[in-house]
Amino acid sequence: MLAFIIKRLANAVFVMLSVTFLAFVIFTAVGDPVDQMLNEQATQAQRDDLRERLGLDDPFLVQYAKFVGRAAQGDFGISFRNQQDVLTMIGERFPATFELVLVATLISLVVGVPMGVITAIRRQTWYAEAMQFTSIIGVSLPSFVVGIGLILVFSVWLGWFPAFGRGETVDLGWWTTGLLTPSGRMSIILPALSLSLFQITLVMRLVRAEMLEVLRSDFIKFARSRGIPARSIHFRHALRNCLMPVVTMTAMQIGGLIAFALVTETVFQWPGMGLLFIQAVTFVDVPIMAAYLCIVALIFVALNAIVDMTYAVIDPRLKGADA
Amino acid sequence: MMAQPIAASKEPEAATPALDVSGLSVEFPSRRGTLLAIDDVSMQIAPGEILGVVGESGAGKSITGLAVLGLLESPGRISGGAIHVGGRRVDTLSEKELTKVRGREMGAIFQDPLTALNPLFTVGKQLVETIRLHSGMSKEAANDRALALLQSVGIPAPRERLRQYPHQFSGGMRQRVVIALALAAGPRLIIADEPTTALDVSIQAQITALLRKLCDETGVGIMLVTHDMGVIAETADRVCVMYSGRVVESGPVAEVIHNPQHPYTKGLMAAIPSLHDRVETLAQIDGSMPRLNARPTGCAFHPRCPHAGPKCSAATPPLVSVGVTRSACWLQQGGTQ
Ligand SMILES: Nc1ncnc2c1ncn2[C@@H]1O[C@H](COP(=O)(O)OP(=O)(O)O)[C@@H](O)[C@H]1O
Ligand SMILES: [Mg+2]
Repeated sequence: MLAFIIKRLANAVFVMLSVTFLAFVIFTAVGDPVDQMLNEQATQAQRDDLRERLGLDDPFLVQYAKFVGRAAQGDFGISFRNQQDVLTMIGERFPATFELVLVATLISLVVGVPMGVITAIRRQTWYAEAMQFTSIIGVSLPSFVVGIGLILVFSVWLGWFPAFGRGETVDLGWWTTGLLTPSGRMSIILPALSLSLFQITLVMRLVRAEMLEVLRSDFIKFARSRGIPARSIHFRHALRNCLMPVVTMTAMQIGGLIAFALVTETVFQWPGMGLLFIQAVTFVDVPIMAAYLCIVALIFVALNAIVDMTYAVIDPRLKGADA
Repeated sequence: MMAQPIAASKEPEAATPALDVSGLSVEFPSRRGTLLAIDDVSMQIAPGEILGVVGESGAGKSITGLAVLGLLESPGRISGGAIHVGGRRVDTLSEKELTKVRGREMGAIFQDPLTALNPLFTVGKQLVETIRLHSGMSKEAANDRALALLQSVGIPAPRERLRQYPHQFSGGMRQRVVIALALAAGPRLIIADEPTTALDVSIQAQITALLRKLCDETGVGIMLVTHDMGVIAETADRVCVMYSGRVVESGPVAEVIHNPQHPYTKGLMAAIPSLHDRVETLAQIDGSMPRLNARPTGCAFHPRCPHAGPKCSAATPPLVSVGVTRSACWLQQGGTQ
C-alpha cells in the first residue's frame, strides 16, 4: 500500500512538473514581460531594475526552479493587465466554473445513466433506437453551436432562461454561490445543459456498453437461474457492476469539463475561470494563462488520485488487494 | 376405493419425476437457414436421482439444460416437445411465470465458479436475497438458513464466510457457495453443467461427492452434464449419451459402461483406459462431430462408425429398448443393410 501511494505521488509530481515546465516555457517564449509591464517611456535603468527584481537575468533553469517554487506556494505573480494577484483573481472566478461543472456532471449522470440502462435492456424498442440516434447528434454537434441554439430557443424565443451571466450570487466569505438564489439557479441551467450534452452522450454510451457486457456474464445467468426478477438483475446486479467505469470516466471528465467550460463560459458570458483565461489570452496576460494551466492540471491530477481511492470503496476486491 | 377420480388418475407424489423432457427440439433460426441444435430429445430424472449427460463438446448438452431452465438465448427457441419439472409444464410459461419457477423448482450450477457469483455482494447477501425471494422469510430467518446451507455444503467457519466476498474464496469453495445458492430455495431439480470442469483435479472428486450427498439427503434430482465418463461412473445413477443433438443411448450407469450398445458409446468407453483415469475429451474416436449445418443424413454418427451400412445414411434410427438400456442404432434394429 505504501509503495502504491509513493508511486502514485511520484507520478503526480512528474505530471505537475511537466505542466509547470510547459507553462514556464510559454511564459518566457511569449515575450519579454518587461515590455508589457513598463510603458514606452521607461528608462533603461528602470528596465534593468525590473529585470533584476523579476530575476530575468538568472539562467533558464534557475528561473524555472524559482517559478515552480513560487507556484507551489500559490504565487503566480501579478496580472500584467490590472496588476492584481493572479491566484486571487482565479480564486474569485473558480466557484462559478466549479458550480457550472458540478451541475453539468449531475445532469449528465441523472440523464445519462438511465438512458444507458434503457438502451441496453430494451434494445429493440423504438425509444431505445431514438435515444441511440439522438446521442449520435449529441457527440457530433460542436459545443458552441449547442450553446447558441439553446440561447436562441430558450432565452430569445421562449424567454424562459437568461441568456448570459450568473444571476445573483451569495457571498459565503470563502465561496460565492449562485445556487442559493432563484436567478442564479435559472441562469445555470442553460450553460450547464450545454456543457453536459456531450457528457450525457458519453455516460449513456458507456453505461450501455458496460451493461450489455455485464448482462452476458456468468453471474447474471446464474442470478437469473435462481429466479431473481429482471428489475433486480438490471438495476441491482448489473448496473452496480457498471458503476466503476462510470465513476472513473465522470471523475476524469470533470477535468475535461473544466477545460470545455472555456467555450461554454464564452458563449454564455459566464464569469468563470475559462472566461478569465480567454480574456487573458486576448491581452497576452501571461501570468494568468500560466496559472490557469497549472491549476487545471492540478485538478486533473487530484481527480486521478481520488478516482483510484474511490475504486477501493466501490469494489471490495481492491480493498484487500493492496492492503 | 375412496379415491376421487382426479386423485386416482394422478400418479403418487413419489413417482412424479423431478424432470420429464419429452421430444424436445431446439432450433436456432439464422439467415442461412434454421439450425436444429436439439432434435427429439427425451429424458427423465426421478427425485433423488443423478442423471449423467455425456457427449462431445457441441452435442447439445448445455442447450438442453438451458432449454429446461428457460434460459435459451435468442434467437434459440424450443420448437417442439414438452418439459415438466416436478409435474409442472415449464416450456410454455411466460418469462414472468418462469422467474417464479426458477430457483424455487429448478436451479442451476454452471461451469466456472470464479465468474458465477456477483463480485460486489457478500456471499451472505446473495444467499439471503435468493432465500427471501422465494420464501418471504424474515432477514434473520433467512440468515439462519444461509448459515445452515453453507454448513451443508461443507464450508468451514460459515458465520465468518457469510460476510466475505466471492474473491475471498478459493475455486472449490466458490463452487460450494454456488451449490448452496442453487439449493437455497429447495428446488426439485438442479442442472449442473460441467460443475467440475473448471476445478483442480484434486477438488473435482470432492464436489461430485458433495452433489451425491446432497442428492441423497434432499431428494433433489440432478442433471449432471459432463464430458468426463469417470465422473459419471462414480456419481450418476443413470446416463444419457448425446451425439449431435440427439440421445443415442441411455440406461443405468453400470449397464451402459459395461455393456454399451451404440457404437458411439462403445467408442467412448474404449477411449477410457481405466474408469479412474479421467479423459479430458472424447477425441479418441476418429473424426469429429459434424457441425449443425453439415449434419449427415440418417444417423449423424455414420461417417465415423465402423459398422455403418447403407441404411445408416438413409434413415435416422429411433431410440428403442435393448435390454435395460435404450439405444438408437440400426445394428440392434434389423441390421444396417
Ligand atoms: N447461439 C447459438 N447459435 C447457433 N448455434 C448455437 C448457439 N448456441 C449453441 N449452438 C449450437 O448448439 C449445439 C449444442 O451446443 P451445446 O449445447 O453448447 O453443446 P455442449 O454439448 O458442448 O454443451 C452446438 O453445435 C452449437 O454450435
Ligand atoms: Mg456445454
